Amino acid sequence: MAIGKLGAPPAVGQSPDTLLTRPTWTEGLLSWLTTVDHKRLGILYIVTSFVFMAAASFEAFLIRLQLAAPGNTLLSPDVYNQMFTMHGVTMVFLAIMPLGIGFANYFVPLQIGARDLAFPRLNAFGYWVYLVGGVFLYTSFFLGDPPDVGWVAYAPLTSLSNNPGLGTDFYMVGLFVGGIGTLVTAMNLIVTIVNMRAPGMSMMRVPVFTWMMLITSFLIIFAFPPLTVALFQVMMDRTFGTLFYVPEAGAMAILWQHLFWIFGHPEVYIIILPAFGVISEVIPTFSRKPLFGYPVIILSGIFIGFMGFAVWTHHMFTTGLGPVVNTAFALTSMVIGIPTGIKVFNWLGTIWGGHVRFTTSMLYAVAFLITFTVGGITGIMLAVPPFTAQAHDTYFVVAHFHFVMGGGALLAFLAGLYYWFPKLTGKLLDERLGKAAFWFAVPGFWVIFFPQHFLGLMGMPRRTQTYVEGIGLELWNMVSTIGTFIMLVGLVLLLINIIHGFVRGKPAGDDPWDARTLEWATSSPPPFYNFARQPVVNDRDALWVQKYPESVHGERVPEEASEPYDRHGAHIPGQSWYPLLVALALLPFSYGWLYDNMWVVGLSMVVVTFGVYAWALEGVGGRHIHFDDRRDPQGADEGEQA
Amino acid sequence: MSVQSASTVPVGSGHTDHHGTYKSTRLPDIKLMMWVFLASDIMFFGTLLGTYLVYRGRSLTGPYPTDVLDIPLTTVSTFVLLMSSFVMVLALHALRQNDIGKFRLWTGAVAFFGSIFLGFQVYEFIHFVDMGLTLQGNLFGTTFYVLTGTHGVHVAIGIIWLLSILVHSYIKPWTSKDDVYLEVAGLYWHFVDLVWIVIFTVVYLVEFI
Repeated sequence: MAIGKLGAPPAVGQSPDTLLTRPTWTEGLLSWLTTVDHKRLGILYIVTSFVFMAAASFEAFLIRLQLAAPGNTLLSPDVYNQMFTMHGVTMVFLAIMPLGIGFANYFVPLQIGARDLAFPRLNAFGYWVYLVGGVFLYTSFFLGDPPDVGWVAYAPLTSLSNNPGLGTDFYMVGLFVGGIGTLVTAMNLIVTIVNMRAPGMSMMRVPVFTWMMLITSFLIIFAFPPLTVALFQVMMDRTFGTLFYVPEAGAMAILWQHLFWIFGHPEVYIIILPAFGVISEVIPTFSRKPLFGYPVIILSGIFIGFMGFAVWTHHMFTTGLGPVVNTAFALTSMVIGIPTGIKVFNWLGTIWGGHVRFTTSMLYAVAFLITFTVGGITGIMLAVPPFTAQAHDTYFVVAHFHFVMGGGALLAFLAGLYYWFPKLTGKLLDERLGKAAFWFAVPGFWVIFFPQHFLGLMGMPRRTQTYVEGIGLELWNMVSTIGTFIMLVGLVLLLINIIHGFVRGKPAGDDPWDARTLEWATSSPPPFYNFARQPVVNDRDALWVQKYPESVHGERVPEEASEPYDRHGAHIPGQSWYPLLVALALLPFSYGWLYDNMWVVGLSMVVVTFGVYAWALEGVGGRHIHFDDRRDPQGADEGEQA
Repeated sequence: MSVQSASTVPVGSGHTDHHGTYKSTRLPDIKLMMWVFLASDIMFFGTLLGTYLVYRGRSLTGPYPTDVLDIPLTTVSTFVLLMSSFVMVLALHALRQNDIGKFRLWTGAVAFFGSIFLGFQVYEFIHFVDMGLTLQGNLFGTTFYVLTGTHGVHVAIGIIWLLSILVHSYIKPWTSKDDVYLEVAGLYWHFVDLVWIVIFTVVYLVEFI
C-alpha cells in the first residue's frame, strides 16, 4: 500500500466504548484539530509562538515610539502600563518558552529515534491548553482592560482594592491555565527522553538539544508549581476574599516576590537551556567537528539546573533581606556564571580549527555567542548587591535581560529555525535573503538595547511612561527607537524568507547540512512514522558515525550493525478529539472565574471530567504498520485498550 | 525493535513492551509519568505548606490553632488514612496473584477508608466554621483551609479514581496483567497519605509541643 493511502484506512482501531468517533482525517483542518503527531504539534507550537511574538513585538514597538522623545503623549500612562505588561507576559510565557517547547516537540523524538512522545494525546492537550491560555489572555483587549501590573505582578498591587479591574484576573487565570499545559508537556518530555531512547543510546549519547530539554523539563516541573500556587492564592484573594496578600491582616506582600522568583529565576533557564541545546547542535554541524567537551556541556547544564533554584533572591536585593542573605545569593549568582562560561568556551573550542561554514544559521549562532556573553557579563554585574542597589529597576536591568532573552534565547532559536526549517518543510530558506535579514536584525537589536545600558546608568527607571527634557536621556532613547526600525526591517525580511521558503524554496533533501544527529536520518519532512527502521545507536553523533564510520572507528562497521530492519513494524497512536475538548472546556472555566460565576466554573469542570473519562476509556488506539520495504509500509488495523 | 538487532549492538538494559516498542529503562511509561507527576506535586504542597509556615503565628485575630485543633479526633482520621495505604498494598498484591475477588474487595475498602477520612475532614471544617474560623477571618483560616482543602481534593480524586477502577474491573475484567494501572493509582494514594502525615505533624502536632 502506498503511503498516500495509508492515512485513511477503511476501518479504524476503535474500542466499543468510545463516545465520539475516533477521528482519522489526514488532511485539512480537522486533521490538525485531532492530531496527536508530535511533528504537527511541534509546527503548531512554533507557528503559534511566532504569532504571539508578533503581537509582543508590536507592543514593544509602541513602547519605543512612546519613549522616542521626552514628554511624548502617544500612549497614555494606563495604556503604557498595559503595553509593557502584555509585552513581557507574552514574550516570556507565550512566545519564547513555547518556541523552545515547539522545537522540542518536533525534534526530541526524532533525535532519540522514537516514533512519538510517550503520551501523544497528552502532548496535544498541552498545546491546546497553551493556546487557550494565550487566547484568553489576549481577549482582555476586547473585554475591558488588559493586565497592567507588570509581568511580575507584585502584591499588593494586585489586590482587589488596589486594582479593581479585570486585568489582574486575566493575568492570574490566564497564566494559571496556561501553566497546566506547560507542566504536562514537560512531564511528557521527561518520560519520553528517559524511556524512549533508541537501542544503544545511553544517556551520554543523547544529543545535546534533547539533554537540555530534559533539564528544562525538570526545571518546569519544579518551578511551575510555586507560580501556580501563588497565582491561585491571588485568585482566591480576589474572588473569595482570602487574606494571602492583605497586609492589613498580617500578610506579607514579599511572599509573592519569593514565590514568583522561585519560579521566575528557573524560568530564565527554562528559556535559555533549550537555546543552549540549539546552539550545541548548530555549531558542531557548521564547524564539521564533534561538540568540544560534550560531557562537560551536559554536566554544566545539570549544574545550571540545580543552581537555578538557589539564586532567586538576587531579584530582590533591594527589598531589605539583610546582608547575610544578599551575600549568600550574590555568591550563588556568581557561581552560576561558571558553568555558563564553560559552555561558551566549549562552543568556541568547537569552532576552533573547524571547517566553518557561515550559513545564516551559523551567523545567528555566532551572534548569539557574542550577544549572550555581553548579557552574561551584565548579569555578573547585577549579581553584586551594591551595584544592584544603584541599577535596580533601571534601564540597565532592561538592557541586561533583553540581551540574555532576546540576544540569547531568540537569536539561538533563529539559528535553530534556519537549521531545522529544511527538516520541517523539506525546503531550504534562501541564504542571501537570510543573511540580508540577519544584517538588519542583529545590528538593529544592538542599536535598540545597547544604549539602554547607558540610560540605566544615567538613572532612567524602567516602566516609566515618559521622561522630562534636559536631563540627558533624549539621545539614547532616540537611538534606541531608531534601532527598532532597523530590527523591524530584519524581521520583515525574515518573514518574507519564511513565506518564500514555504512557497518556492529549493528542495532540501534529507540531510542538507551534512549533520550529525538522527533527525537528519529520515526524509524531509519526516513521514508520520518517523523511521521505517528503528535506529540503533552505536556512538554519540549517531548519524555522523553511520555516514562516516571510518572517521570515527578507523574502519567501516558491518552494514547490519548500523541499522537493522524493523520486522515488528510500528505502532501509530490514534487521533483523538478529547485533548481538544478538555482544553476548550478550560476556556469557560477561565471566564467563569473571571466574572465570579462559579456555576460556569462548575459546569466546565463537569465537561473536563467527562472528557478525561472518555479519554481514558478511548485508549491509545491507532494502528500497527508493517514495513515490507524501507519506503513501503503496510497498514494494519489494531483495536486496543488503554 | 527486533531481537536480532538487539544482539548485534550493545543495547544497555532496555526492553520492549507488548507493542514491540523499545523501553530504555524497562519501566512502563505510565509508572515513570506518575513518579514525575508526584515530584511536581511535592512542590505544590511544599509551596502551600511554606505559605502556612511563613504566616504561622501572624494572625491578628482569633481563633488561633490551639483554640480549634482537636488532636484526638484528627488522630483517628489520620489512622484511618494510614490503614488505607496498608489496604492499598493488599489490593495490589491480590491483583498480582490474580485473586480478582480480593482485589475488588480491598480496592473498595481503600476508597471506603478514604471516604471516612474525608467525612472527618468535612465534619472538622463545619465544626471549625462554627467556632469562628473562616476562610476570610484570619491568616490561619486562609492558609489552613487552602492547604488542607487542597489535600482533601487530592483524596477525593483518589477515591473517584479507585472507584472507577472498581467499576471498570466489572466492565472489562481485570487480570494480573493490568497491575500497573492499579500500582500507579496506589503510588498516588500513598503519596497523598504521606503528605497528610507531614500536614498532621506540621499543622496539628507542632502547635501542642
